[in-house]
Amino acid sequence: MKLNRQDKLTLKDKALEVRRETLRIHGTAQGTRIASSLSPVEIFVVLYYGKILAYDPANPQWPGRDRLIVSKGHGSICLYPILGDLGFFDRRQLDIVCQKDAILGAIPDPHVPGYETINGSLGHGLGVACGMAIALRAQRRPQKVFAILGDGEMSEGSVWEAIMFAGHHRLDNLIFIVDNNKACMLDFCKNVIDIEPIEKKIKPFGWTVKRVDGHDIGKLHAALSAFKDQSTGKPIFLLADTIKGKGVAELETDPMSHTRNIHPGDIEAVIGRLK
Amino acid sequence: MTMKTMRDAFLDGLTDRMQTDNSIFFLAADFGAPALDKLRQSCPDRFINVGIAEQNLINIASGLALEGFSVYAYAIAPFISMRAFEQIRNNLSIMSKFHRLNVNMIGVGAGLSYPVSGPTHHCLEDISVMRTLPNIDVFCPSDWVLCDKFIDYSIDNKGPKYLRFDGAALPPIYSDTKVPEINKGFYQLIQGKDTCVVSTGYMTHTALSAVNSENTGAGLIDMFYLRHFDEQALIAALRNYKTIITVEEGFIDKAGLDCVISNLLRKAGLNCKLITMGFKDNYVFELGPRDYLHEISGLSAAGIFKAIQAAADK
Repeated sequence: MKLNRQDKLTLKDKALEVRRETLRIHGTAQGTRIASSLSPVEIFVVLYYGKILAYDPANPQWPGRDRLIVSKGHGSICLYPILGDLGFFDRRQLDIVCQKDAILGAIPDPHVPGYETINGSLGHGLGVACGMAIALRAQRRPQKVFAILGDGEMSEGSVWEAIMFAGHHRLDNLIFIVDNNKACMLDFCKNVIDIEPIEKKIKPFGWTVKRVDGHDIGKLHAALSAFKDQSTGKPIFLLADTIKGKGVAELETDPMSHTRNIHPGDIEAVIGRLK
Repeated sequence: MTMKTMRDAFLDGLTDRMQTDNSIFFLAADFGAPALDKLRQSCPDRFINVGIAEQNLINIASGLALEGFSVYAYAIAPFISMRAFEQIRNNLSIMSKFHRLNVNMIGVGAGLSYPVSGPTHHCLEDISVMRTLPNIDVFCPSDWVLCDKFIDYSIDNKGPKYLRFDGAALPPIYSDTKVPEINKGFYQLIQGKDTCVVSTGYMTHTALSAVNSENTGAGLIDMFYLRHFDEQALIAALRNYKTIITVEEGFIDKAGLDCVISNLLRKAGLNCKLITMGFKDNYVFELGPRDYLHEISGLSAAGIFKAIQAAADK
């Protein structure tokens, strides 16, 4: 499916709305990581609203769903408003994140409808996704397995064990998306462990690689829908170049934005400046 | 008495099951045995050697189990239990709250099974380490007959388990007519009078020769399921003894067999004296046959016999 101009505008509006909601959640739940949750907004919007993923909010474990492993759990608070909007859980949960009786915490876990795995410790998701991909292939099922990791997470050795495994076993039902927001907790990744040029390191392990602007809805959608519909005979590596803290100027330039909070009193002003 | 390794008995039986049950996957971290060759040749689609990558071994196993497969993950005991510890914790132990994940982790090389390979290949921590994790069962058999029986149990009882297999070929302790119930978790091999030895794994063989020598009058219980077991039955079996001696090929004063028994005695309010035998807080760099390493660590049959005598003298 190709997006027309109107589709793109609709998804762009969705992304803006998701950013607003994510900031509002952060305003009431200061334990959430805001900067790393603002970089993958367009990725999740395209996956869920762009008809890339097959899912059923009424039955999150529907066997016909595509599997999405969100390995960068902390940095996926922006998925909460999407899942709430789609009806995976009651929207009112968005108002009580991290509070008593809430299901949504600072890090989403598998009791949250729509999340497949336990998150919070980095480097696990891609290997589990490989196991699911092997299982689906053994059962000759057409569903795809998506895994989303952050670029800082690429320093975990277990990620590379999974990269080698998927390439060797030609897991062409696996789509590995990196939210390449260029920063980990303490600094920009290039000053910590520089893994660029990432795609040139992944390709020789037997992967199909593509690099896109991770905030460009049209390009993200074109890449993901092509990979969803057609096998390249290899696992897919989609490097989505993003900006950590996207939309909030003071976060975008801060190498330590990961742990930086936006004061609850400033949230509406920050939302007012979103484009 | 047929000497056999636990892995040969288990792999032979599992290979047969895999012919008719296509919901089983077998993963290995580049670790094998001749018995494994048969399995991988007869089920090439459901055998994967993931390479020397224990973390990925557990993650792949978790993904397969999430999709409903029963999985066997096979590696050297210290590597699967400790290199992949957080993968086991997060993707099996924690995830078991939400899904029935039938991942059976087979660690070969319990205790000092590889006596001359040094502390990296010795495995003295695994029982304790695995028992700290909720939802992980710990199976520590003393012979291959029990391993063979465990095949059906492991398929029928869906949940993550750690199977601690000895590396050596050992004579059977059990037989067709003497087979314990896995769920019970223990078997009283010898009914004694005042003192009872409770042992697990390889040490049950050593304990058996100690208890049988010179009419000690001691009892012997083989403990093989170290998380879920019939507590009331074990309390009943231990109730009339004055002294209990635990013997394990692992570190003591942590969360091993000694801890299992000590907790049980405390919970049941039993006042038996408890003596714990195993490895103290030291790694073993000495070389030589396994029995020699046991001897210098106080774990020979003679050492156990001495402990039984000392208990009787008091």
